Amino acid sequence: MAVIRDIIPAFELYQPASVDDAIKLLQKYTGDALVLAGGLDSMDWLKDRLRRPRVVVDLSNIKELHGVREANGGIEIGAMTPLTEVVRHPIVREKYSILMQAAELVASPQIRNQGTIGGNVSQDTRCWYYRGGWTCYRAGGNICYADTPTAINREHAIFDADRCVAVNPSDTAPALVALDAQMVIKGPKGERVVNAEDYWIGPGIDITRMNVLEPAEILTAIRIPGTWAGAQFYFEKVRDRQVWDFPLVNVASAIKANGGNIGEARLVVNAVAATPKRLKKVEQAIAGKPRNEETASMAGQMAVEGAVTLRHNGYKVPLVRNLVKRAIRGSEGGTWTS
Amino acid sequence: MDLLRWGRSPWGEWILTHVSWNLFWASLFAGVLFFVAHASYMLFSAHRQRSGAETDALEAAHRNLPEKIERHSLTARIFHWVMAAAMFVLLLTAFLPVAGVRFPWVQWHWIAGLVLTGSILFHIVHASFFLDFWSIWVGPKDIPEIKAEILRELGHDVPGPKPGKYPLGNRLYHLAQVFTALAVIGTGLVMLPRIRTPFFTRNPYLFTDAAWGVTYVLHGLAGVALVGLVIAHVYFAVRPEKWWITKAMIFGWITRRQYLQYHEPSRWPVGSGPAAAATKPAGQA
Repeated sequence: MAVIRDIIPAFELYQPASVDDAIKLLQKYTGDALVLAGGLDSMDWLKDRLRRPRVVVDLSNIKELHGVREANGGIEIGAMTPLTEVVRHPIVREKYSILMQAAELVASPQIRNQGTIGGNVSQDTRCWYYRGGWTCYRAGGNICYADTPTAINREHAIFDADRCVAVNPSDTAPALVALDAQMVIKGPKGERVVNAEDYWIGPGIDITRMNVLEPAEILTAIRIPGTWAGAQFYFEKVRDRQVWDFPLVNVASAIKANGGNIGEARLVVNAVAATPKRLKKVEQAIAGKPRNEETASMAGQMAVEGAVTLRHNGYKVPLVRNLVKRAIRGSEGGTWTS
Repeated sequence: MDLLRWGRSPWGEWILTHVSWNLFWASLFAGVLFFVAHASYMLFSAHRQRSGAETDALEAAHRNLPEKIERHSLTARIFHWVMAAAMFVLLLTAFLPVAGVRFPWVQWHWIAGLVLTGSILFHIVHASFFLDFWSIWVGPKDIPEIKAEILRELGHDVPGPKPGKYPLGNRLYHLAQVFTALAVIGTGLVMLPRIRTPFFTRNPYLFTDAAWGVTYVLHGLAGVALVGLVIAHVYFAVRPEKWWITKAMIFGWITRRQYLQYHEPSRWPVGSGPAAAATKPAGQA
């Protein structure tokens, strides 16, 4: 069990000024280093003394990881850009408002000032059994305490569970998948770019990781192409506490109209699986159909096909169904701006 | 090198969780080392087989035997290949992710495990009631044969007993497989309620954490042992001088000459009527 203490364990703090230096440090201390972005996830682990890295590599001094810039008809967001800066950036607000909405619904203003977009998409799951320090599958053990007949699993997965039923808690992740973003990763072997859709990995692929980052790799930037700029967006997040909480479910959609009908669409839900779940079958089914109640109902019904509930999270099925319906209808959602 | 991995139970007790995957690499290395060592030995050793002239004489004396002698029935062959396919799926799904090839393996793994279990249950019944059950086992009665085999491998001209239906190595391998396969199947079946299947409500609290730890460790130990055993099996299956055995497992038969060259007819009488009688030792009906 986690014992929260006031003093975090001792570690050596490195604050490299370049990505290359950071990667060299991570290579040197592979397996014994923690990457620090905004620190909001990492500090929990350190305070709970569940992670005791020898070295912490703080990325905040690397200038090239900061800022939003125009690139190739779209934008590139440095991974260390604070969420508040993403929310306030004029291009994001004008062309990619779904990301603005999603980022603005992350936690509280203070957290958005400190938290980065790279940290938000790369954060660990919030499953309390795992974060409580129990040796579950995700922590290298052989059990999922959240998927037992007596478990408290209200927040857990209804899709794609594979031994572990933890979910991805990011708000910006589904928006980035809806925008067909790309994640730029740098490591000892150079740079690689992966589609946002492929950035997160489920427990079936690797039960101890949430994303494809290898130990000495860093997410350096997020590229959003111009393809979906200005599309009809919808983002809604449902949470227990309206002022500050992780999502129970969130939904993001980007739709291009074709005459009076739906042309292309990208539809993503999160907090229902270990990865943001893109609803490709629903996207195909609604293409060419009018954006009306009938299409929305069909989409909502299709969205929950294959859902497997746990003891306490059955409510997520109607929640997903209705959020998807609302995303298709495009009615006013639960978003708000500050 | 760590051999086992430990974790903390919710009650703060240290419990076993897995074998260390170092053991997988050790087993893989041992399997490859064995195959390199044995291949080198076969190149340079003076192992001796029954001579051509000796076999000619035997063949002349056993003209009444059929040209093709059935070694494995169709049922036995189907079992063997189903079991082999299941075993490969099990090993690949278990260890490719350890080796860094990531894919959703759990469902394939438990389905292959059930196929393996079913095939082995079938084999036990089939071998007990429809085959010569004792022909595959090794015991004290085989000591003269073991001694003779060792001397032959060292280049001595030993007239001692040849194997019956199954060569000595084959029988020893089967014995090792019995223990490892039963261990892996037994623990694997017990582990089924830990994952989502159509058969059980998932319940990891069926046993205590400590009991689960032992189950996982036994499953892992048997699994990594199977890596080495399967490498050895495949290696022997593709060796040129063993190819006749592999072919027999595909087509079901061996030639009369192979039968006489590699076996002791008195220990493996074949056919019926005059042919079988000719291969049986005096006094055996």
